Amino acid sequence: MAARLLELADELRGEGVAVGTSELLDAFGALDAVTWTSQEDFREALAATLAKSQEDRRVLDVLFDRFFFRAVEREAVERGLTDERYTGGEGLDLEDLRERIREAIRAGSDGEMRDLARLAIVAFGRQGEGSGVIGVDVQRIRRSLGLRGEKSAGQQLPDPDAVPREALQRFERHVRRELERLLIERTRALPPAKPLRELDRALPSNPAQDLSEVHRTVAQLKRRLASQGREHRGRRRTWHVDVRRTMRASLQTGGVPLDLKYRPRRPRRPELYVLCDVSTSVTSASVFFLSVLHALHDQFRKLRSFVFVERISEVTDVFERERSFATVSRKIATDAGVADVSGYTDYGRVWLEFLDSVVDDLDPRSTVIVLGDARTNGREPHAEAFGRVSAAAGRTLWINPEPKLYWNYGDSVMSTYEPYCDGVFECWTTKQLEVFVNALAELRARA
Amino acid sequence: MSARLETIEEVRTALGEAGYLADEATALVAFLAARLGKPVLVEGPAGVGKTELAKALSRATGRTLIRLQCYEGLDEAKALYEWNYRKQLLRIQTEATDTAWTDVKEDIFGDEFLLPRPLLTAISADEPVVLLIDEIDKTDQEFEAMLLEVLSDFQISIPELGVVEARTHPLVLLTSNNSRELTEALKRRCLYLWLDYPAVERELEIVRLHAPELDEQVARKLVEVIHMIRALDLKKPPSIAESIDWARALLLLGADDVDQAVLQRTMSIIVKHRTDLDLVAERVGVKLDDGLFGSRQQAG
Repeated sequence: MAARLLELADELRGEGVAVGTSELLDAFGALDAVTWTSQEDFREALAATLAKSQEDRRVLDVLFDRFFFRAVEREAVERGLTDERYTGGEGLDLEDLRERIREAIRAGSDGEMRDLARLAIVAFGRQGEGSGVIGVDVQRIRRSLGLRGEKSAGQQLPDPDAVPREALQRFERHVRRELERLLIERTRALPPAKPLRELDRALPSNPAQDLSEVHRTVAQLKRRLASQGREHRGRRRTWHVDVRRTMRASLQTGGVPLDLKYRPRRPRRPELYVLCDVSTSVTSASVFFLSVLHALHDQFRKLRSFVFVERISEVTDVFERERSFATVSRKIATDAGVADVSGYTDYGRVWLEFLDSVVDDLDPRSTVIVLGDARTNGREPHAEAFGRVSAAAGRTLWINPEPKLYWNYGDSVMSTYEPYCDGVFECWTTKQLEVFVNALAELRARA
Repeated sequence: MSARLETIEEVRTALGEAGYLADEATALVAFLAARLGKPVLVEGPAGVGKTELAKALSRATGRTLIRLQCYEGLDEAKALYEWNYRKQLLRIQTEATDTAWTDVKEDIFGDEFLLPRPLLTAISADEPVVLLIDEIDKTDQEFEAMLLEVLSDFQISIPELGVVEARTHPLVLLTSNNSRELTEALKRRCLYLWLDYPAVERELEIVRLHAPELDEQVARKLVEVIHMIRALDLKKPPSIAESIDWARALLLLGADDVDQAVLQRTMSIIVKHRTDLDLVAERVGVKLDDGLFGSRQQAG
């Protein structure tokens, strides 16, 4: 068993879960303490000791199932065992089978679903031994069974044949597993273990969750920016002793000023200028950007925000008047006055206009954050104008929603702007937003 | 009340008697924590009963609960120990002038002049205690590093006194709202437990436990409404504590059904943002009114 557990740990490491020796020792300790007969306890004990975050837990669950399924199958292959199979699938009443499967899915009982999954494979899967790709077979069987998931929202007439979506997915998993089992039996070998796909390991999420996540990260950003002066405590020489408070404190120690009191260093209030690209080339990212912007407005008083496509327009008011994110994004889409003539971003023109209208307000205490992909559609990038913006501002940061790999390909001119920025980050998930926030703190520490 | 925690079932029953309905994973982790003597890191959204778990554990085991509430800027002087320098100073002043310095030094760096803070209190307690380090994610990484010595070896080094070792083994719980990633070093020393909002059935049990006079049908509907609200895109989804509060409020008002009017009047108990209030009224209130909800309830 110890060897098996080490194998599992190895697979976990392969998926990026940090499993160290101390974790393994804990796991063994935990397994000593619980009974092994309950699969639930076994799995939870492993989870408590090996997986140290929700993402890790998710990976562990997926791997746990796969690993022990494969372990059992390997044993079976080695010993030459085969399961008893349902035979005579041709004689089954298909209508009856369909009805029974639907019942089982609604009832949600796992044992029954598994048995019926086997039956379904016998009944439908044998027509030509399958396509060789398990995913395709699963979908074909589902279609021939006429199974449909319930529509989530906005449906007037409930479909009598529809089944709960989540239970249906469980049924599909059973079918998939049974097909894999069959395949292993046929070929008498295990298919190579594939790394998990991004999709499998991603946590189930929806835009709503993302929004709150963005808000959380931005709240952190605020704390980082606000606690600016405090980190330097003890290192700065230019502290002023507060004589009055020191004298007062010295009364407690018989007039000996043991405890020097300093004037508090007022943390400087961050002034933010955020420029957000809302053109079509960043459609998918702009919802994310707008939610970042929305969260920023919740947190910062001195924040001015701009959106741009071909020209730039200030949307500070919109964010200040409206609290709901949905309204804000609708307003910006319809009448924020984004001079969107051709739908193509013109970064050069945006900088020139920004220089014209806003640059006088910039001072060394302000931070300019650009959210955009730096795709100029072949127009003049006017890097020198951007340089002047960046020179006027204390700090310039660029957040790019594209993977680093795509920068400077095609019409992306990221490298032209990069020298003028204090930091350039790729960022299209909240996780990366966190990286950005952390980097920001470090940038400041060095400055 | 001091229950024996020998099996997972016993842990679960003991927690239940202390007013905390634990699920399988929670009971198992609590059991492992007691058995292996490892700290537990509990993470999850706000209001799922992370702090409550520690309180229940202290009630179930009959141990004292020592709580260290973390916040930004928390330092060693407030978490570990501090020298009572005023008392030290007085001691020096009362001393005759010809006493040797070494004698005084021996004297003023003794137990008498030490102000123990939560961590030192927990370590040096005679009886085993439950130590709750609440919202560890609010502190900075340096503080986490300082905790490592306490958490892995259960000891605190005081330069003037030497190492204070734990006489008994405290049960340690750390909670985090996941507002920042904790360091690997800290995580490695802990067992991990993720608490999430409970399923309808479990939350119903919890509400019934804390508001037993509430009619079961009303309680069920209440919990289902809460779950519907949590599915919305809210700034702050209602926590378990808030559903219990709501249940108690309904009891006080003598409501015998959760309908739109009742929801409108009492919504402020569960939803705490203006925009959230509007959203809930718009999405959930309507459903309660047109009977759609009732039919779903019967089907379920």
